[in-house]
Amino acid sequence: MDKIRASLLKKSVASKIERRGKIISLSCLALIILVVFLIFYFVASRGLATFFSNHINLWSFLSGTQWNPGTVGTNGQPAVGALPMIVGSFLITIFSAIVATPFAIGTAVFMTEISPRRGAKILRPVTELLVGIPSVVYGFIGLQVVVPFVRSTFGGSGYGILSGTFVLFVMILPTVTSMSADALNAVPRYYREASLALGATRWQTIYKVVLRAAIPGMLTAIVFGMARAFGEALAVQMVIGNATLLPQNLVSPASTLTSILTMGIGNTVMGSLQNNALWSLAMILLLMSLFFNLVIRYIGRKGKLNHER
Amino acid sequence: MNAKRIDKVATGILYAIAGFVVIILIALLGYILVQGVPEISWHFLTSPALAFEAGGGIGIQLFNSFYLLLLALLISLPISLGAGIYLNEYAGQNTITGLIRTTIEILSSLPSVVVGLFGYLFFVVQFKLGFSILSGAFALTVFNLPILTRSIEEALANISDSQREAGYALGLSRWETVTKIVVPAALPSIITGVVLSAGRIFGEAAALIYTAGQSAPALDFSNWNPFDISSPLSPLRPAETLAVHIWKINSEGIMPDAKAVSAGASAVLIIAVLLFNFLARWLGKRLYKHLTAE
Repeated sequence: MDKIRASLLKKSVASKIERRGKIISLSCLALIILVVFLIFYFVASRGLATFFSNHINLWSFLSGTQWNPGTVGTNGQPAVGALPMIVGSFLITIFSAIVATPFAIGTAVFMTEISPRRGAKILRPVTELLVGIPSVVYGFIGLQVVVPFVRSTFGGSGYGILSGTFVLFVMILPTVTSMSADALNAVPRYYREASLALGATRWQTIYKVVLRAAIPGMLTAIVFGMARAFGEALAVQMVIGNATLLPQNLVSPASTLTSILTMGIGNTVMGSLQNNALWSLAMILLLMSLFFNLVIRYIGRKGKLNHER
Repeated sequence: MNAKRIDKVATGILYAIAGFVVIILIALLGYILVQGVPEISWHFLTSPALAFEAGGGIGIQLFNSFYLLLLALLISLPISLGAGIYLNEYAGQNTITGLIRTTIEILSSLPSVVVGLFGYLFFVVQFKLGFSILSGAFALTVFNLPILTRSIEEALANISDSQREAGYALGLSRWETVTKIVVPAALPSIITGVVLSAGRIFGEAAALIYTAGQSAPALDFSNWNPFDISSPLSPLRPAETLAVHIWKINSEGIMPDAKAVSAGASAVLIIAVLLFNFLARWLGKRLYKHLTAE
């Protein structure tokens, strides 16, 4: 009798396994969350040191135009003005998004509305494949094709914002296209049928109904492309020229946050001002990526409300 | 212009845009393959790189790429599997789960250069691993975790609840149901996800420059003792990968045949990514057939 009693009171083997399994899987998840916090902590602790240990004024960091940490600028402070890189990053991000958007949305509309069969057979696999092309390959082609082209067509050295824009345009095009196509596909079929039944032409249906209904999804696609462009390092670094000057025009060598980071981190001593200033650039990157994330979430929430109404 | 004319014109413009994009994409792929494939030879794929003279290969870089890929997958797969299982099978629909999902999304949207810098600070400097295979594999793991977790979670979510109910009805615990029924049923899509993420890892460079390093010391391919520094298996040696190699020889510009080498290496990268893509689809289908006895 006691044996049965004991076995009833004790935890069964299955419940022990269950408990262990739950703990194992939870700790995996906790590890990932921990990594995210570690990334933010480590980058912030280095990046903030510029302002707290080296006492650089935040405003002069963001608005200064001289970048040569280690030497003293014209104002008697160390020359750590990040404005050239910030401007460079924003310019290529915005330009490449502006160029890519019409092409991406046009192609997505073609894929979903005009010729779904060809879209599914040719365009979709090709775009999905191109999403996976490594960024160094884009950089290499940029160096071999885009830079000489820009040099011979627009003058200058060929390196600069314009080349960076072209490379990023091709790079984010597949991403934005396939996400926009998903957004268009998600528009219910009866929207189109209702519009066509009212006598609208196909273009009127696309322009007045389908595109409007898919606006949140397409905005998400564009912001996603911008986030990718902003954070892209090597492809841009290879074609932008990496001169820490405010870009005078589109074909003069410039730089972005990522390009200066990839160039500089290995050449500076950990803990020095030169190094800390670079980590501050990394922190800006981190914050911008957070910002893009927030925008995407905001659009997503708005979009949901629209559909529920 | 009446509505029908506008419709025709708009359709024409859309055709033009789509055609233009297709031309760009095909030109891109064509350029890499036309420039690169003639460079590929057995010698190119197996011999070590030469820094100052022409005629070097990519042998060590190619090996490093595959070795790093393998290690990164070995580390990230169990973690993502566990996290995916918890998210899909145990986590409730509440604010905390929402926050966790957001955090993972943030991780997946971080620029890879930031992941690489974190890897440098954390693994290379803090843990004193130096520029090594191990640091690189950990950085790639950080880079890969959110993507793989998401795809595994999706794979698990696609398994119908009737499978789980069948498990509970047989008296299995939740964990047993997950490991013995749900995960095997989701295996085809999990494997597809793993192979697709392998393609991404294979071409990643920004996360590796400051973790796995930018040098590829000579390897002794007859020495398979992982604790020896010249052994290919040694996890503590610096290891420049193929993607990093392309970046490095193009931005340094001391190698006389840098263009030819990077063209060939780019073609190898593209072909590898293509293969990973086809392999993912083929394996998924094949496993599905095998497991469902169709």
